[in-house]
Amino acid sequence: MSKTDVSRRGLLRTGAVAGAGLALPTIFTAQSASAFTNEPTGSTVTLGFNVPQTGPYADEGADELRAFELAVEHLNGVGDGGMLSTFSSKALGGDGVLGKEVKFVTGDTQTKSDAARASAKSMIEKDGAIMISGGSSSGVAVAVQGLCQEAGVIFMAGLTHSNDTTGKDKKANGFRHFFNAYMSAAALAPVLKNLYGSDRKAYHLTADYTWGWTQEESIRAATEAMGWETVNTVLTPLAATDFSSYIAPVMNSGADVLVLNHYGGNMVNSLTNAVQFGLKEKQVNGKNFEIVVPLYSRLMAKGAGENVKGILGSTNWHWSLQDEGSKTFVRSFGTKYGFPPSQAAHTCYVQTLLYADAVARAGSFNPCAVAEALEGFEFDGMGNGKTLYRAEDHQCFKDVLVVRGKENPTSEFDLLEVVEVTPREQVEYAPDHPMFAGGQLGSCNPGA
Amino acid sequence: MDAFLLQILNGLDKGSAYALIALGLTLIFGTLGVVNFAHGALFMIGAFCAVTLQKLLSLSFEMVDPEKTDFLGNPLKVKTPYVEAWFGPEVGGTIIEWSVPFAILFAIPIMVAVGFIMERGLIKHFYKRPHADQILVTFGLAIVLQEVIKYFYGANPIPTPAPDALNGVANLGAIIGMDIIYPVWRIVYFFFACVIIAAVFAFLQFTTFGMVVRAGMADRETVGLLGINIDRRFTIMFGVAAAVAGLAGVMYTPINSPNYHMGMDFLVLSFVVVVVGGMGSLPGAVIAGFVLGILESFASMEWAISLIPGINQIIIYLVAIIILLVRPRGLMGRKGVMED
Repeated sequence: MSKTDVSRRGLLRTGAVAGAGLALPTIFTAQSASAFTNEPTGSTVTLGFNVPQTGPYADEGADELRAFELAVEHLNGVGDGGMLSTFSSKALGGDGVLGKEVKFVTGDTQTKSDAARASAKSMIEKDGAIMISGGSSSGVAVAVQGLCQEAGVIFMAGLTHSNDTTGKDKKANGFRHFFNAYMSAAALAPVLKNLYGSDRKAYHLTADYTWGWTQEESIRAATEAMGWETVNTVLTPLAATDFSSYIAPVMNSGADVLVLNHYGGNMVNSLTNAVQFGLKEKQVNGKNFEIVVPLYSRLMAKGAGENVKGILGSTNWHWSLQDEGSKTFVRSFGTKYGFPPSQAAHTCYVQTLLYADAVARAGSFNPCAVAEALEGFEFDGMGNGKTLYRAEDHQCFKDVLVVRGKENPTSEFDLLEVVEVTPREQVEYAPDHPMFAGGQLGSCNPGA
Repeated sequence: MDAFLLQILNGLDKGSAYALIALGLTLIFGTLGVVNFAHGALFMIGAFCAVTLQKLLSLSFEMVDPEKTDFLGNPLKVKTPYVEAWFGPEVGGTIIEWSVPFAILFAIPIMVAVGFIMERGLIKHFYKRPHADQILVTFGLAIVLQEVIKYFYGANPIPTPAPDALNGVANLGAIIGMDIIYPVWRIVYFFFACVIIAAVFAFLQFTTFGMVVRAGMADRETVGLLGINIDRRFTIMFGVAAAVAGLAGVMYTPINSPNYHMGMDFLVLSFVVVVVGGMGSLPGAVIAGFVLGILESFASMEWAISLIPGINQIIIYLVAIIILLVRPRGLMGRKGVMED
């Protein structure tokens, strides 16, 4: 018969060690035997798609999810292959990624930073997601990008337009295909000058959060550089629904242009209110009053109805583009879902293919190898002409579209017309540009 | 001066929505003693009555136009609304264009029915429960209702314009030599709100039914002892309150395209209006609605923001705090209401 001596102190010590072990986040424990976070060991690899499934951007999130699903199908060799046939890189063969079938899990960002971080964390820890993508807000993108950097997974941003995402908040594990506020301004300014002249007085209404601030800063700088005077800038609460009290002062301000640095529901309401007050028909300083919406979204423009007619703005991509990549993507998406994809769907689809291609070229799912493969990568055939993933800030540089609300749409999707495809050279900037200063890319974190 | 008058007008039309919602909230609280957090959802359902009628009137059949193609290069399916086919493009187009005013008639029976079902089906079971329970259940109901609307109509705003004849601007200052340009529909909204408010007050003041309801609000037990079925009347008042919120929503649709969470956007503000006006006070709710609407408009002016940065975001709550410190029962609150 054996006797086991269990002392109180020994029990406490053992308990403390076991407790500490259990308390460690699985992000850190899971990879103890792996080279990097969520290293795939079986026959599948899991991607995490974090999109707004509830909240005001749920429709945009649903479109992103459709695009992700399509991209996964194409990666696994299902369907017509989509942009794999037009993509300049031929590392992907429609047989999964590095021989592994691509699976995906989804999370709901709710367009709230904390909820987005929680859903991304859950997908990384519980579902083993090796890459996170998606989103419809810069606040969310910055928050999730930070989490992915800490967790040691790649973040392929969805729709995020703030300069900060690849500016002061850039991270080595984060990559953005979508354009940014600076690029919008750089593309729009020459068109505004051509159409409205260089002697204009602009009044800005700006959503009071990271994207709004950088959008206003960018468009102000670009328009002032061509001779426009900024009469006033007013920050509006993100939660505002009726902008009439902000529009009314515009009428007596002497301004002859109203710039609405608003997106989503804010844009729909502020534009609707501005048109209600007759600004589109107004004459000021002997000129027609003009309204500008620097960032357009077709999905959101639909909510503003006829009010978008004739209003200038910019967009990352539009389904009416006639390059082979765009046509192929629109055909794949339209055949599967019955309507053309949005710019959010496009950027999410492209990001998924770009990630998979980088893995294939790197020959590894290791985030640092993937990041190295993406840095400085030049590609074509994805709908925006020749594109560069710049190594210094992980921002894609490509052509930008200046668009205008169509006067005579032929269908419910035909809301915007492309006024100009602004070449990439015109929207490029130095990595140390003051509008993007303040942050460090840092070094890649594989999570091991 | 022009800017000053413009902001007063702005405040009046903003205040119209606050006043109508707060009026309904107060009616329900004053009669049934229920703090109805689903009241914003009733405003939203009213707005979607207008959206639904617009969609019904726009129901279309498709014809293939071989000369045009869709985004996939297939022959374009051109949609023609049935009303345009039946009555001709001009008359049919006008019917669709006037869908929002027509929706007033469409929404009244629907909203009264929604109010009845809500009250009989759920809220009556919570009369004797604490206010916190009532708030939780009605808030939950509001979330369910908005998710149902989102399921059927999506998350994006749906444009629901006013008829062209009421869609322009009017120069209200022309008579006095000033330039006060204001959207016609917003002026219509303000007068519509005044008519509804007057109708509710007249109903309560000058009808036997209203007199009994007022008596019940003052002393429910005694009215019951007189053999009057006051519960039934209060249920009807719930339906009336739902209809008031619904009509406010119908008429609001051309001002801002309706979406599924528009009720929540107004709910908190309307509760603040009720508290500032005084819990249970109908005139208090209306006056506070307009006053806070005007203050909110002035707080959005440049001089106000430069004087106190962020004042445009907190003005309503700041005023509420001050009023509650100075007059804890609100502007016109009565002793004993929510003080047990």
